Formats: sequence, structure tokens, C-alpha cells
Amino acid sequence: MELLLVALVGVLYSAGIYLMFRRSMVKLLLGFIILGNGANILIFLMGELTKGKAPIIDAEETHFVDAYADPVPQALILTAIVISFGLTAFAIVLLNKVYSTTGSDDLDSLNIQDLDI
Amino acid sequence: MLTLIVLTFALAFITLLMKRFVHSKYVGLITLVPFTLFITFLSYIPKVREGTNVFFKNEWIPSLGISLDLKIDGLSLLFSLLITGIGTLIYLYASSYMRGHVYLHRFFCYLGLFMGAMLGLVLSDNLISLFIFWELTSITSFFLIGFNNENEESRKSALWALSITGLGGFFLLSFGVMMGSITGTYSIQELLGQSEILKNHSAYILLISFLFAAAFTKSAQFPFHFWLPGAMKAPTPVSAYLHSATMVKAGIYLLARFTPVLGGEYEWNTTLQIAGGVTMLYGALHSVFRKDMKSILAYSTVSALGMLVFLLGVGTEKALYAASAFIVVHALYKASLFLITGVVDHSTHTRNINELGGIRHKMPWIAVAGLISALSCAGIPLTFGFIGKELIYEATLHYPLHTIAMILTVTAVVTNVFLTCSGFLVGLKPFFGKLTVRCAEIEKPEAVLWLPPLILAFFSVLFGVLPILADDGFVTALAHAINGKKIDQHLQIWHGVNRALILSGMTIGFGILLYFLFKKFRNPMRLTERFNAISPQNIFTLFVDKFRVFAFIYTRFFQNGYLRVYLMVIVIFVIGLVGYKLFEDVPLHVNTTGLSEFRVYELVVFLIMVVAILFTIRTSSRLTAIAATGVIGYCICLIFVFYGAPDLAMTQFAIDTLTVVLFVFVLFKLPAFLNLSNRAIQFRDAVISIAFGVLISLITLQALVSPADKEISRFYAENAYELAKGKNVVNVILVDFRGFDTLIETIVLSIAAIGVFSLLKYRASDEEISE
Repeated sequence: MELLLVALVGVLYSAGIYLMFRRSMVKLLLGFIILGNGANILIFLMGELTKGKAPIIDAEETHFVDAYADPVPQALILTAIVISFGLTAFAIVLLNKVYSTTGSDDLDSLNIQDLDI
Repeated sequence: MLTLIVLTFALAFITLLMKRFVHSKYVGLITLVPFTLFITFLSYIPKVREGTNVFFKNEWIPSLGISLDLKIDGLSLLFSLLITGIGTLIYLYASSYMRGHVYLHRFFCYLGLFMGAMLGLVLSDNLISLFIFWELTSITSFFLIGFNNENEESRKSALWALSITGLGGFFLLSFGVMMGSITGTYSIQELLGQSEILKNHSAYILLISFLFAAAFTKSAQFPFHFWLPGAMKAPTPVSAYLHSATMVKAGIYLLARFTPVLGGEYEWNTTLQIAGGVTMLYGALHSVFRKDMKSILAYSTVSALGMLVFLLGVGTEKALYAASAFIVVHALYKASLFLITGVVDHSTHTRNINELGGIRHKMPWIAVAGLISALSCAGIPLTFGFIGKELIYEATLHYPLHTIAMILTVTAVVTNVFLTCSGFLVGLKPFFGKLTVRCAEIEKPEAVLWLPPLILAFFSVLFGVLPILADDGFVTALAHAINGKKIDQHLQIWHGVNRALILSGMTIGFGILLYFLFKKFRNPMRLTERFNAISPQNIFTLFVDKFRVFAFIYTRFFQNGYLRVYLMVIVIFVIGLVGYKLFEDVPLHVNTTGLSEFRVYELVVFLIMVVAILFTIRTSSRLTAIAATGVIGYCICLIFVFYGAPDLAMTQFAIDTLTVVLFVFVLFKLPAFLNLSNRAIQFRDAVISIAFGVLISLITLQALVSPADKEISRFYAENAYELAKGKNVVNVILVDFRGFDTLIETIVLSIAAIGVFSLLKYRASDEEISE
């Protein structure tokens, strides 16, 4: 499964970057979300996959008695998901505002060219 | 001594505040500042004459070896005397010349700052503080050249001067740092003892190249000379002070200062001889073609500076002695000629010598000063110039190699012939002959205007008649300091009839002939105009223009305002550098042992994701793209479920749903995707993206192989219940162990929420306006 996830990370990164190269602002944002997902999977992979064993101590125990999934990457990813939502939400609203002002979704239409130094 | 310099700076700034005083009739009192300094320096003459150096220790940054140590020896004393002595006359002169100017207080402020910086420059015994004062003189010179800031030419000249001398400053700093790293000290005094080590060091050529770059730019040597004629846009007292007598000699000072440390080698002598020789010929030749008095003087100053570099390059005891004398000779007659020019310009409103003539009837004292200075420039007996010229010829004639001695002598004679002519053009032409129409109505100048040039002319005669005064006073000590050891030579009026005297006679004769020839020319500039295309100034200007074009293209290319281009540059660099490093240093291998098998349902999830990703990329419907992104998120959610991360799965699910909802709510009215880029661009982007993805996959694979440190995870797992009384370790980490992080995270989210809210609000108010 690890190899499959490794491939998945690559695919997510490729797709994310490809979308960020586009001129459409919505695509840029989608690319950003996909890239973020790729990064999350990457971090998740670093903590050795453990099937079906959540890092939760059994109700009657005080210590782990069995194998458990690595909690540190999970904590990191949780933070990342939440923070990136904050960013995404802001970006979506900003994008909407830009569209309602300029009437365009094209990034290039926002450029002000100061051709003469 | 340091206190005096600091005080000079302080007084300069105070002048800025004393606007009323500066504009009153008592402004002449400001002359007391340089005069007091002059008297102070005079009092050091007896000590220095005996050969003792006066040293002032001042710590600054001892840990870096940077100090404000000051040293008074023959060299620095003479320069200090020139700075403060001529400074006194310039102050006096300017108090009348500049009267009524709105920015007079600024003028005296700059002048004071310059004087302080220049004194610091010649007195510093530390390379770093020398550099700082050096730069300060460039900056004050910039302000003074651009003093008439409403004149475009003035501003342009100021910029040229600053960029050329600033370039030199950079080389001076490089020189200082290199000297420091080779010898371990920045003290010039201590460097004297390491002369042999430096001369035999492999970096010797580089060292002297840096030093020469600094000195040649500051002292206007060919091909950097053109900033100096441009600097004549400054008010005349400034031209006389900075761009003739003192600042431009800073480069000469630098070369003289390091002659005992680095001089005497073949490379040193040859370079200086050639650079100085070319400059002195070039400057002298140009000076006679000009009709503007200040231009003539500017080019003859360039020539004189070349002469000094040339003499330092000849490097024999006689030559160094001649250079010592010539510094004083030149400062006296050139400053005087400049001041005269100022007076003539002031009263006739022209500096064109074609229109000037017969002024001696109107201002006799100025005419006397002009005559004497021109004679000193020409080297007529009984002026100081005569003695200087004899010494120069003596030095070139006695050069050890006979053929080279001939070349040097011829160069010196030709230069002096032209200099004689240009001296006459400025010092005689306006004052003698018939009184022109232009000059008929002028009034007598004030005493403070004609007195300073007359005083300078007086010294030219005094030292010419009684050379013992100059010799005993400072020239011997100066030559001693430049040579590093005592020179047994003295100034004399009469050397007997020898080759030098014959050459002197020839110089004067040809000079006078040339003068009568060029006096008649109405517009000799025409002859030189055809060479303008290849003049260094044009080449530099062309270079600067092209450089601007280059900078423009470069900026357009890298900073073009397109986000995706920036991104692409970054990604390509990452692919290139990291990819190179990966293939070069890391043995790529895949260790499949210990990896889990994959099941069918996992493969199905993977395939769904790939399809969703393809949909996101390919679709032309915005809604489909958003939905497909949502599907990707849900699939990731499933992966989290499979591998023991229920918290992540829940969060991902909630956030993904929220994102999709927000997207749909906010963006539903946007149009469908337009196909904005063609196939070629899409293909290019796809190649770059896939390369990037493959690189990330490879890195991930390698990271999987190397064992990770589990210490932190173990700590959290073992202590989750012990310390925090929680059984969900991920939760415990977030709200307990790393509680502060989470708190700050909530703040970040609140800020984002406020941002979203205000953006939405903003739109509402916009609609109100449009209604």
C-alpha cells in the first residue's frame, strides 16, 4: 500500500502544480487544495502506516499494549487541514470579490503593466 | 585631534540651524572655523619637520581591528594645511560670492562636512576609517555639484561624479579588506613594516589593481576623468576647493600613502607611468581647445593630476620630491585661477574667453593674481611653478633607463607646453588686450573676492623667490613621508644652466606660441567634436543606457507580475537542483520488505482519486471541478480511516464538505472555464508538473527507506494518560502538550474569519453605492 500512496503523492503534487500554472483563479485555488492534500498524505506516510490501530488507549488500560498508529503526523496533519481551510475560505471570498469587481477570472487581467521605468 | 574633526562635523550641522546668521552680513565670521584649524595644523610644523610623527590613538571597534587612529606626518600635515588653508580662503570668498542664495546655510553645511571628511581622510591611520571618510567626501561632493538642483545638467553631473567615485570607493573597501586579511591589521602604520610580505604576495597584482581603481576614479585619471569637467557645474568656490585643490587629490594622497608599502615594483611603476602619462597628455590637449574658462581649468586639472600620478609612477627619489613640490605648486596656482574665474563670471556673466578682454582696467588686483598664477603655471622663473617644473624635468631626465627617460621627458615637455598655453588662456586672455563691450560696464569686486586669489598668488611668488620656506616648512617632510625614508634634496631657485633649464625655456617658448595661435581660434571645439563618439564619456553613457535596457528586460523576465511564471521558475529550480543532488548523492533503491500489501478496496480508492483528479484538470465546468476536488478529499478521508486516523478522517470530512459548500455558494455565478492557454503551453506545464511529481515521489520513497526517529511519538504515547489523563493521544497532543500552538491556531482562524466577514461586508456596501 505504501507504494500506492507514494504514487498518489506524486500524482497529487503534479495535478496541484499543473492547476496552479493555469491562468484561472479558481483553478489556482483548486490546485492549491490538491497540493495541500498531497502534502498531508506525504506527512502521513512518514509515520509508518499501521492498519486499523488508532492511537487511542483502550478504555481499561493506561498504556498501549498493542501496536498503534504514530500520533505525531496525525496531530500535524490535523493542524494543517484546519489552517488550510482558513486560507481557502478567505481565498474563495477574495476571489469572488475580485470577480465581482473586474468581471474576470483571468489572473492576467489583474496585472498592471508599468512598461516604462 | 579627533575632537577637532568631530567638532567640524558638529559645526557643519549647526550651520544648518543658523539660517538667520548665515544670511546676515556677519556670515564672513564662519571663516574662523577653517582658520582655527589651519592655525592648529601650522603648530605641528616644527615637530613634523624634525621627522617625528604625531599619533593620536582612538579606539572604535577594537574587536574588529577598526579604530579612529589619526597620524600626522609630512604627507597628512601638508594635505591638512591645504585643506584648511585653501578652505579658509574659500570660505571667505564664498561668503561674498554666494551671498543671497536661498540655500546658503546648506551650502556652508556641505562645505563644513566636506572639510571634516577630507581631514579625516588624510589623517586616518586605519584603512576602514579611511574608507568611510573617503566615501563621505564623495557624498558631500555629490551634494555640492548638484547644489543648483533645479538645473538638470547639474543633477546629471552630480550623479556621474557620485557613481564614478562611488565605484572607486567600492574598490577601496575591497583593497582594505584584502590588506587586512593578508596582514591581519588595518593600521597603515603597521602595514609599513609588512611591505616585503605584501610585495611578494601572490595577490599583489590584485591589491594594486584595487588601489589603482580607487585612486584613478577619485583623481579623474583617463578614462574615468570625465566626471571632473562635469563637476564644474558646481558653484565656483566648490570647483576651486573640491575639484581642484583637495578632493581630487585624495587619489594622489592614497597612492602617495601606499608608495612606501606597495610601491617600487615594476607593475606599480609602469601602470602609474602609463595611466598618468596618458591622462596628462589627454587633459592638457583638451584644455587648449576649450573656450569656457572653467572647462579649460577642469581639463588642465585633469592633466595636473595625471602629472602627479605619472611622477609617483616614475618613483625615483627625484620624482617623488618633484611630486611633493608640484602638489603645492598646483594647489596654489589652480585654486587662484578658479577663484579669478569666479569673479570674472560673477561680474561679466560669461566665462567664454572670446568675449573677455581688458578687464585689468576694471579689476587690477584680480589681473595681478591672474598674471602671477598663469606665470606660475607656465613655470616662469621666480615663481614656484618654475621650481616645480625644473624638478619634474630633472626627475624624468635622470630615469635609470635611457630610452624610457627620453619618452618620459618628451611626454612631460609636451604636456607642459599645453598647460602653459591653457594657463595663459585663463590667466591672461581676459585681462589684457582691448576692453571688450561685454566687460565695459562691470564694477569693482569686493575685497573678499579679490583678496583670496591674490593671497594664493602671493604664496606662488613667495615660495618661488624663497624656496627655502616651502622646502624647510613641508616639502622635505612630505617627500620623506612618500618615500618612506629621508630624501637628501632641497628646493633651489637656480640649478645652473643644464638640460632641465633648456627644456624649461623651450616649454615657455612653445607655450607662448601656442597661446597666440589658440587665442585667435573662435571655436576650436569644432575640431574635437568629431571624436566625441569615441570619448570615454559617450562610451560610459552608452554602457549605462544599455545597462538600463538590460535591467528592464531582466526584470520583465523574472519579475513580470505573472504568478505562474514565478511559480514555474521556483519549480524548475527545485527540479534541477534537488533532482541533481538526488541522482548524484543518493543511491536510489526501494526496500519493499516491511511494507504492507495493498488490497482491492484500497486500489479502488486510488483509482477513484486518479479519475477525480483527471476530471478536475480536464473539465470545462467549474462545478464539476469543485465536485471532483471534493471527491479527492473524501477519498483521502477513506485512506485516513483505513490506517488508524479517525480524528483526521472526521476533520477532513467536515472541512472538505465545508469547502465544497463554500465554493458552490460563493462561486456559482462565475462563468465556465475559458480555455486560456493553447496546447503547447499545456504540454509544457504538464511536463514540468509531472517531473515535479516524480521528484516528490522519489524523495518520499527515499524518506520511507531511511528509519524515522520515533522518540517523540513514544514520549507522547507513554505520557498521554500519565501526565494529561487523556486516552486519545492525538487529541492530547493538540489540546494539552501543544496547547499553545492550538490556541494560536484558533487565533489564525479567527483572523481569517474576520477577513472573510469584512470582505463579504465590503461587497454589500459596494452594492449599496451602485444602487
